[in-house]
Amino acid sequence: MKKQTVNTKNLRTPDEIAKRQGMWLTIICLVALYVGLFALDNFVKPTKFTLMLIPVLKKGAIYSLLCVSMNLLNGFTGLFSLGQAGFMLIGAYAYSIFSIPAEQHASVYQYFDGGIIQFSIPQMLSNAIGVDAGSFFGAIICILIAGVFAAIFAALIGIPVLRLKSDYLAIATLGFAEIIRAIFQWNGLGVITNGSNLLRKYTAFSDMKIQVGATALKFGTIFPFFIVMLCILVIILLINSSYGRAFKAIRDDEVAAEAMGINLFKHKMMSFIISSFFAGVGGALLAMFQTTVQASAFMSSMTYEILLIVVIGGIGSVSGSCIAAFLYIACSEWWLRFLDSGGVGGLEVAFFRDGFRKVVFSVVIMIIVLFFSQGIMGNKELSFAGLIRRIKAKKASKAVKAEVGGAAE
Amino acid sequence: MVDFLHNNLQYLLSGISVGGQYALIAIGYTMVYGILRLINFAHGDVFMVAGLIMIYAVAGGLPLWAAMVLVIVLTVALGVAIEKVAYKPLRSAPRMSVMISAIGVSYLLQNCALYFTGGLPRTYPVIPFLTKKVTIWGATTKMVTIITPILTLVLVFVLVFLINHTKIGMAMRAVSKDFETSQLMGIKINSVISFTFVIGCFLAAVGSLLYFSNYQTVVPTSGAMPGLKAFVAAVFGGIGSIPGAVIGAFIIGICENIIKGVGQQWTIFSDAFTFVLLIVILLVKPTGIFGEKATDKV
Repeated sequence: MKKQTVNTKNLRTPDEIAKRQGMWLTIICLVALYVGLFALDNFVKPTKFTLMLIPVLKKGAIYSLLCVSMNLLNGFTGLFSLGQAGFMLIGAYAYSIFSIPAEQHASVYQYFDGGIIQFSIPQMLSNAIGVDAGSFFGAIICILIAGVFAAIFAALIGIPVLRLKSDYLAIATLGFAEIIRAIFQWNGLGVITNGSNLLRKYTAFSDMKIQVGATALKFGTIFPFFIVMLCILVIILLINSSYGRAFKAIRDDEVAAEAMGINLFKHKMMSFIISSFFAGVGGALLAMFQTTVQASAFMSSMTYEILLIVVIGGIGSVSGSCIAAFLYIACSEWWLRFLDSGGVGGLEVAFFRDGFRKVVFSVVIMIIVLFFSQGIMGNKELSFAGLIRRIKAKKASKAVKAEVGGAAE
Repeated sequence: MVDFLHNNLQYLLSGISVGGQYALIAIGYTMVYGILRLINFAHGDVFMVAGLIMIYAVAGGLPLWAAMVLVIVLTVALGVAIEKVAYKPLRSAPRMSVMISAIGVSYLLQNCALYFTGGLPRTYPVIPFLTKKVTIWGATTKMVTIITPILTLVLVFVLVFLINHTKIGMAMRAVSKDFETSQLMGIKINSVISFTFVIGCFLAAVGSLLYFSNYQTVVPTSGAMPGLKAFVAAVFGGIGSIPGAVIGAFIIGICENIIKGVGQQWTIFSDAFTFVLLIVILLVKPTGIFGEKATDKV
């Protein structure tokens, strides 16, 4: 028999070792990601490739947050809500209304005598602490306001709506999203919302920079990643907390959850408000990305799109939602563009014209919905710790096999 | 009162007309929900596709009557195909998956329509008989405004007769009462469900002929709003109840047009009103005005 040497200093289970290694790998990857993004923002010369890549990265990050926030509600709490577009709309409007510079009001609100809100938070901060820091912190404050507004509306809507179940909840939240859209387009509120006209000229991603000497360091791509990462981190922490376990219990069996002493309404409300908060934040980021906002764009089809991305990623998987969001945005904005433009590498295809990409997309989505209802990740999470554990398990089983084979010889 | 009626007759008439068109769509929703417990999100888009088929059929040189027949046949075929491909495989899956599948079909139909139309609004062919101008009590309107409510009521009576007095109607009622038990009693579930989709899509096709004769343009999203409104009408009337859906649709159609008539600035709320009505009815009387006893809605 072999004697096993035990290191008393590092008395850890393989599980703990994998966890620790996974954590380090995650940190290294994140650092690499941010260094890469920073380089992309500042040092890489704009080519055709980067001109496609950067918007895809930004929009992918924003959609990740939107999908994860929807997943929190639909996948982890089992509340089938279709109000996402409404909360995004509130977030986008709250953000842009409070960050349009004061001197631009006259031109933006040209049909409403410059509107009634005559201040801009980024501008006020700019006057106090300098333009760059001002627009950075101002944008963050406005994003928070956007989230809070969405959350307040969610709290108001939630009281009546969360009494409903499954499809009735879906149709009622969808209805509320439509009502919100109508209210924001109403001319009676035009002095605040600019009616059905565009909101523009507010602080956008391109304003995120630091002046160092003569050169300006830009943070246009890092900014959305940073905000989205923080938000998703909060959602993950929430899901792994006791509240998150209560959400999952409600999802799995409402009656049993109630019998276990979980306050159904309180937890549903909490999930609804938090999800809406992050939908509002996502809406604000989307507004920053688009540089203009119009209420008529936030239709129910936007909610459907996000829902379908969540399904592709796997209902109940945060990492799945993120992967699917990036994949979806990359395919629809970049990789599958050739389907619309009429040819692949010189090969002309007659039926490749505007809109074909979306047809292909929806067919793929239907195939996933019908035959791979688990999506990419099912309800599992992608983590380095899990990967390391799996690789080790494989190695161990191989070693065992080899040993068995050796013994047989 | 008479004066008010006279002055707003235009709006009232178009309200009754659009209400009838919503009613024809709403029956499709309410019957499918009654049997499958599924909000068929794709139904509004089937309605839109029916409009497009008419446009392409007439553009392809078919005479109007043949085009109308083709619209009805193809729409019914589309509805049944959707059921077979997208809903049947998920019959034992959770309700949420079926609904996601319905949303997926809706997304697919809209994108296909976008592809075929190139995103441009298409003009609906003029059906001379329906678009003829008539004047009633000082209000000029199209013939379709008069025909819609009459045709709707006739079709509803036929349908109610079918459901109450024929074998297949009895099977449908049995299935909507209890899915599993009726299966045990020897009812062929699949053919009953297909038949439901046939009726729903037939009425949606007729509705599309009337609706688009009135509004004249078809875009890929034309079906979404009428579809949702028709669903609200079905909920308002008590889901599963056909007379309820029809009355709900007329109420929604009329109220919506009265809001448009009250003032220009309220027009934007004519769509939102429907959803306010939905939320009020869900909170006050979730079974709807003609609904049967509450099951698991709330």
